[in-house]
Amino acid sequence: MAGIPHDHYEPKSGAEKWLHSRLPIVGLAYDTLMIPTPKNLNWMWIWGIILAFCLVLQIVTGIILAMHYTPHIDMAFASVEHIMRNVNGGAMIRYLHMNGASLFFIAVYAHIFRGLYYGSYKAPREITWIIGMLIYLLMMGTAFMGYVLPWGQMSFWGATVITGLFGAIPFVGEALQTWLLGGPFVGNATLNRFFSLHYLLPFVIAALVALHIWAFHTTGNSNPTGVEVRRGSKEEAEKDTVPFWPYFVIKDLFALAVILAVFFAIVGFMPNYLGHPDNYIEANPMVTPPHIVPEWYFLPFYAILRAFTADVWVVQIASFFTGGIIDAKFFGVIAMFGAIAVMALAPWLDTSNVRSARYRPMLKWWFWLLVIDFFALMWLGAMPAEEPYASLSLLASAYWFGYFLVILPLLGLIETPDPMPATIEDDFNAHYPKAAAKDAAAQPAE
Amino acid sequence: MMLKKIMLAAGLALSLTGTAQAAGGAGEVTDFSFSFEGPFGAYDQNQLQRGLQVYTEACSSCHGLRYVPIRTLADEGGPHLPEEQVRAYAAQFTVLDEDSNHHLYDAEKGEYRALKDSDNFPANNSAGAPDLSLMAKARAGFHGPYGLGTNQLFKGMGGAEYIASILSGYTGKEKVEAGTTFYENKAFPGGWISMAPPLSDELVEFADGHSNDVKHMSQDVAAFLMWTAEPKMMARKQAGLIGVVFLTFLSVLLYLTNKRLWAPVKGKED
Repeated sequence: MAGIPHDHYEPKSGAEKWLHSRLPIVGLAYDTLMIPTPKNLNWMWIWGIILAFCLVLQIVTGIILAMHYTPHIDMAFASVEHIMRNVNGGAMIRYLHMNGASLFFIAVYAHIFRGLYYGSYKAPREITWIIGMLIYLLMMGTAFMGYVLPWGQMSFWGATVITGLFGAIPFVGEALQTWLLGGPFVGNATLNRFFSLHYLLPFVIAALVALHIWAFHTTGNSNPTGVEVRRGSKEEAEKDTVPFWPYFVIKDLFALAVILAVFFAIVGFMPNYLGHPDNYIEANPMVTPPHIVPEWYFLPFYAILRAFTADVWVVQIASFFTGGIIDAKFFGVIAMFGAIAVMALAPWLDTSNVRSARYRPMLKWWFWLLVIDFFALMWLGAMPAEEPYASLSLLASAYWFGYFLVILPLLGLIETPDPMPATIEDDFNAHYPKAAAKDAAAQPAE
Repeated sequence: MMLKKIMLAAGLALSLTGTAQAAGGAGEVTDFSFSFEGPFGAYDQNQLQRGLQVYTEACSSCHGLRYVPIRTLADEGGPHLPEEQVRAYAAQFTVLDEDSNHHLYDAEKGEYRALKDSDNFPANNSAGAPDLSLMAKARAGFHGPYGLGTNQLFKGMGGAEYIASILSGYTGKEKVEAGTTFYENKAFPGGWISMAPPLSDELVEFADGHSNDVKHMSQDVAAFLMWTAEPKMMARKQAGLIGVVFLTFLSVLLYLTNKRLWAPVKGKED
């Protein structure tokens, strides 16, 4: 592995050498845990650990829930109530799982926006970024299918609306939708396969997480300056980094404990705040809720999906040139997936040589506007499809695409970056002058 | 973020119960003060027992509680009735809707068997009325403002408030449309509900001599239905509190550990 130079594991005893020559697993664990990590990482670099914790939390609570849950349309809703009432600790485990999904998405959005601000996606970390986007997509799929399992009204109608999106694909859509659902509509076959996939996908995510970590352990972490760790020698690298254990493990655990304190307050005191009352009504294919609203973490992209109605000129142009093959519904689907695709393409759309927005005086503003735009879309996604929300949704969607397709490519060409520190050590010492003084004092002794 | 709730007001209950005529805006839900609100709120055992009595004597003729095991009436953190009283309660319960309770049918004797405390409350779909087990969580009394959901953050979801407001929200006006009688109700979205006023003053005689006017009975039964919807609330809040206290303490320890660990790196220590 062409990583940052550092000490590697040396087997000492005979038993260690015996194992190491056959399976160097201790060495792998050692190198993973002791990876040199830029010492200037700020608090936005904690979300990775939070996400790893969420994945474990969801898998552990999920496996227990699966022991008591029945994936059948006549029994699913009642089996969830059985968990809530008769299973020891069942109510708590289910609420942890329900709200765990929200914590997972809060963390993933913070993690993604951190990457966007500090340019973590840029070379040589494109693969890390792309794997991350795949994980995010799988998370959305998993969360969506998990939400169907309690078989409440919003489960059923959410599933109907979202799988209906596939029906919008020209020519093959209807066949594809039937194939996905296992029938002409959301029914028992759908519930069964969603349960099966909801159990499977987290393990696929876990495998991708391993690749994600492998990738950034090869390139090294990004950091708030965007300046790379010096790799000329081990001594040089050690001026820019500290080992992950114990420095960042303890820091991350502290952050995790604070976040979990808030999380337990929500689970303990208001576990249904993020949920939807409709989902405590058993699914009824005969009664459509007047407003079908996805969970909060889907709202921004749901807003983009709904923004492109038949009266929008881009939709009309697309429809005209494709002879009506791309209609408003299909355009909306393309836009929704496109909104994530343009984000995934950020490494190639961003033309700036400077990674971190800290030294990009113009990008900074556009970035924060993107954050506001994201929250605006989230709010709009929950609003009824009527004016003024429709126009605002269109405007907010346009900015989302504009940021990635226009601003990122253009800004790199016209922006004059602010002066940057030459090394991570310089940046760190600027924050901690005493550390600099100590280094200077230590210099002659070396 | 949880802005979505705002839309429920107008149409939700309306379409789900199929009772109201047209969306005439959200109903007025009164923010009653219940003992179980807030992080430290607890169910009032006496109120739950009174609410059970109101449910049994009034609501149960049309509404079932099919997800609620009768034995849980003896639970701490619930009505906490003595076990023999719960068994007696189960035995006297008449199954009104035989079609919905086939599991209680004794084929050998050719009749519906008496309920045991290990049974759930029977389902009751005889009048087409919704099951009440989860009603207090299936309705939100509070929404907004502007789709922001902050009202629910401070007032709670308002399911119990919604139920109490409906039960005490009748104005006395009636109308007949397409052969169905509708009753005007201030709290019901759309303003007209097909449920006849189920409570009247002094309908139920409470053993503890508590006031039995409509307003008080409404709140008692709403509290009881909050318990049927969320029977583990007390245990959950306790777990939450222990979690928050423990994690806060752990945070402090980890903060100090982290500070000390980094001090040499930051040059703050020799």
